[in-house]
Amino acid sequence: MRKLKEFIIEKLILICGLASIFFVVLIFLFLLKEGLAVFKTVSPLKFLFGKSWYPISEPAQLGILPLILGSLLVTLGAAIISIPIGVGCAIYIAEIAPLKIKEILKAGIELLAAIPSVVLGFIGMVTLVPLVKNIFHLPTGLTALSGSIMLAFMAMPTIVSIAEDALYSVPKTYKEGALALGATHWQAIWRVMLPAASSGILAAVMLGIGRVIGETMAVMMITGNAAVIPKSILVPVRTLTATIAAEMGEAVVGSEHYFALFAIGIVLFVISFAINVSADLFLHKRQQ
Amino acid sequence: MAKIITKNLNLWYGGFHALKDINSSFEANRITAIIGPSGCGKSTLLRVFNRMNDLIDGVRTDGEVLIEDTNILNSQTDLVVLRKKVGMVFQRPNPFPLSIYENIVFAEKIHGEGVTRDKLDEIVETSLKGVLLWEELKDKLNEPALKLSLEEKQRLCIARLIAVKPDVLLMDEPCSSLDPQATARVEELMRELKNKYTIIIVTHNMQQAARVSDDTGFMLLGELIEFGKTEEIFTAPGDRRTEDYITGRYG
Repeated sequence: MRKLKEFIIEKLILICGLASIFFVVLIFLFLLKEGLAVFKTVSPLKFLFGKSWYPISEPAQLGILPLILGSLLVTLGAAIISIPIGVGCAIYIAEIAPLKIKEILKAGIELLAAIPSVVLGFIGMVTLVPLVKNIFHLPTGLTALSGSIMLAFMAMPTIVSIAEDALYSVPKTYKEGALALGATHWQAIWRVMLPAASSGILAAVMLGIGRVIGETMAVMMITGNAAVIPKSILVPVRTLTATIAAEMGEAVVGSEHYFALFAIGIVLFVISFAINVSADLFLHKRQQ
Repeated sequence: MAKIITKNLNLWYGGFHALKDINSSFEANRITAIIGPSGCGKSTLLRVFNRMNDLIDGVRTDGEVLIEDTNILNSQTDLVVLRKKVGMVFQRPNPFPLSIYENIVFAEKIHGEGVTRDKLDEIVETSLKGVLLWEELKDKLNEPALKLSLEEKQRLCIARLIAVKPDVLLMDEPCSSLDPQATARVEELMRELKNKYTIIIVTHNMQQAARVSDDTGFMLLGELIEFGKTEEIFTAPGDRRTEDYITGRYG
């Protein structure tokens, strides 16, 4: 009887464990099945590098280059803003801040991570968008720049907490050794601790970027959603994610448009997968 | 000639009185060993001399520590200058996760600006020769220092230190992670370095103190019980507690 109970529990746990992998595989297969159908009508090259996205014109033009560039531009902008601030914040928390401030800051960062993206998007829409419009004298403030700034807020918690962890786990003896050689605190941080924590910090950056590139709600609300190839950071852009979210509701099931949106899903999947794998590689390197 | 003199040195970690009225005098170009059981304050005393205790919150000191007639406990002491003059080797070898070359020129790069590559090369060569590692490492200077053996790492840490040209070398149980042969070789190196530097070594290995040091101080519960020539301390200790310790009755 007892043996049977053990056996059942063991198998149940096994099923739980396999379920997650099973679902990922299912999702991926479904994506492939629906997405690859688009290549019956458009060649993969034309799909990836086509310069215009007019999915409901006749004949439909399904080039996602503007969307890819839109995603990359917003992500790049967010990275440029969030990496220095995030890593700086991590250095401050790990090395400089007195205990009390450290705790307040950590709680603040966690709170930032807890804000739903639609709320951030909404706040960005009513505060940041008019600000960008007025500062740069633009016809609209719904630009890639606005999206980058808002997304930087979303990447920051990930970057700060993982980078702080990486800095914290640098052996104390490195810092002592540097100080004992007459290095100032900053020299010890810059020349010894940061190189020692570099793989962890890279992983933090990758995971932060991964979060940004998959983000949908906030970017849809504040980047303007114009599917054209952006010539600067001060024009509206449309990202891969926003395209799927905005158009899935109106695409006719089984149409070329519908399949194209799934193909965009595959592109996104591949990008995030690549980012996560490289972050994982960096983290493993750190543990060795 | 006395290099370091302590006068009524007291130190507290918060409410814990870790060093009690230490009066001592460390001679130049000699090796002084500080021995005593764990927790007696010997590492704390060593860390007073390059102010490493400053890193710990809630440390308070009073009294005087004179290095060449300057009281280094003075709040105006320039720690960068002090630590260039008084270098430290740690218990566990702690080379930086950089190349061997970068480890040795680390201090030169942070202290001197615009040092030429030739000058750096020269520093690397003399420092490594100083710790008898040059022949082994000259062809792999750009390899990561973390790949070296423990003994080589510790030697590299000493090389990194003498590249700064300090006067005093503080060694905090420098051989505790090394095997007996490596320990013997590092001790040999210490004897060689003694001609140029004042060496203070903290050790809980009494045989090591007896082997390498010229002077010995015995500490117990934060007090410096006895301080004198090593032969005397080990053959005719003046204090009962010293005798008990070196004969192995506790510790």
